[in-house]
Amino acid sequence: MSMHASTAITGIGETRYSKNSRKSVIELYLQASMAAIEDAGLSPRDIDGIIPYSNSPVVAEDLVTNFGIPDLKFSATTPLGGASPVAALQCAVAVVSAGLCRNVLVPLGRNGSSGGRIGARVQEMPQFKLIGEFEMPLGAIAPAQLYAPMATRHMQLYGTTSLQFAEVAVSTRANAIAHGNAMMSKPMTVEDHQASRMISDPLRLFDCSLESDGAAAFVLSRADEASNLRHAPVTVLGVAEGHPDSPSAITQRPDLTKLGLAKAAPRAFAMAGVTPADIDVAEIYDCFTYTVIAQLEALGFCKVGEGGPFIEGGTIRLGGKLPVNTHGGLLSQAHMAGMNHIVELVRQLRGDGGATQVAGAEVGLVTGYGDMGDGSVAILARGAA
Amino acid sequence: MNEPELSLASLKPIPAPNPDTAPYWAALREHRLTIQKCTNCGKLRHYPRPMCDACYCMEHVWSDASGHGTVYSWTETHHAFNPGFKAEVPYVLVTVDLIEGVRLNVQLRDASAHVLEIGQAVIVGFEALSPELTVPVVRLA
Repeated sequence: MSMHASTAITGIGETRYSKNSRKSVIELYLQASMAAIEDAGLSPRDIDGIIPYSNSPVVAEDLVTNFGIPDLKFSATTPLGGASPVAALQCAVAVVSAGLCRNVLVPLGRNGSSGGRIGARVQEMPQFKLIGEFEMPLGAIAPAQLYAPMATRHMQLYGTTSLQFAEVAVSTRANAIAHGNAMMSKPMTVEDHQASRMISDPLRLFDCSLESDGAAAFVLSRADEASNLRHAPVTVLGVAEGHPDSPSAITQRPDLTKLGLAKAAPRAFAMAGVTPADIDVAEIYDCFTYTVIAQLEALGFCKVGEGGPFIEGGTIRLGGKLPVNTHGGLLSQAHMAGMNHIVELVRQLRGDGGATQVAGAEVGLVTGYGDMGDGSVAILARGAA
Repeated sequence: MNEPELSLASLKPIPAPNPDTAPYWAALREHRLTIQKCTNCGKLRHYPRPMCDACYCMEHVWSDASGHGTVYSWTETHHAFNPGFKAEVPYVLVTVDLIEGVRLNVQLRDASAHVLEIGQAVIVGFEALSPELTVPVVRLA
């Protein structure tokens, strides 16, 4: 058995998502973690590895204490911003494949709405220290302002349009409404998107992701553990992370349109032994509408510069060639830094996708995206390897 | 400037220079834009940092930049993510490739975003925000 075929996601859990949880972050972590552990048919005492979210007040020790875990054998964090959850999946696969652990819990929780705003939050992240010293004093403070030049450049070079960004926003909103557990419940039209206020040109309000309270988690297990569990396992076929050149500050990347994901994607596809044409459903990290288009290019679903035309004509909608963000993503479900994307992909591959189930979904893909251009990607498949 | 504006502007983030970066800010106060140059191989690097990624040398000198560059990309910001910038929105941030081969992300002066094009020539200027802090800006060349 190859290393990457010996692990499976056995449990998933998430809270309701809201603007104000009225709960502590540790309480949110515990709620989602307990749901994931029970979903796997395990007890908290079966967990022997924990990878909490790096950008969080909650550490592995909090979970050991609350769950009374008798013998935690591994803990780590994967500090890649929004690429962290899928990078944590890679880390969990590595430690389970190496025989260090049998069941690794990967939780993420935040009061990302009620607990403070994004412009203040990123200033405390170590990845932002150069931006903090050299760009924030000049007025480049929040991710929207730092991603906007990427989108401007893509539009100028390739003719990508705001209407193509609108297609991502509108498609994602429709999925969120059908899905049910989403913060946004009001339908969005292209006209609504175009009328939404400009935040940092070309990114309008409806190009930007939400700020959310809640938590999500999964359990990654050895394949032989997975055969005795509550649900059919979802096997990890391939997983990789990638870092762009000069990832110290967004604007310092030599080519702003080139992402770390472009390095990770060929590794993940090769490990999985599949190609983009084999992917039935994709959960793509959508901090902004533009980043979905940029990642579809980096993943090889279309050529660089052709992401805009690729998503036109319903390609990414339910029933389209490549349904994307069947849960409503960060744009319309909740900003759980992409942990919600992993949870949703597992649900899809179990056939538990409800109103947004992609018919016959056997192989799916999920990405993470960190602010400095870091990328992560996993390819998962229904059933045992 | 009236008092409320003064107090809002005081909420802007300010740099906290360290030994690697303090000479950069000191030079800006003298209206000089400087770039680190590797003592060993001569490679220029920005933002300031301890090591040359070409030869791993940790010695450098500070080289004066010409101030000439071209537009790489831009954004016009309409939302003040920090209250210190509330009185300034909308403002334009330009990512500029200096002819020396390094990049800045600075505000545009005396022109609107609508006239910008990739590759357009710009020139660096200086604005004192306080006795301690002078920042670079750009204007169309």
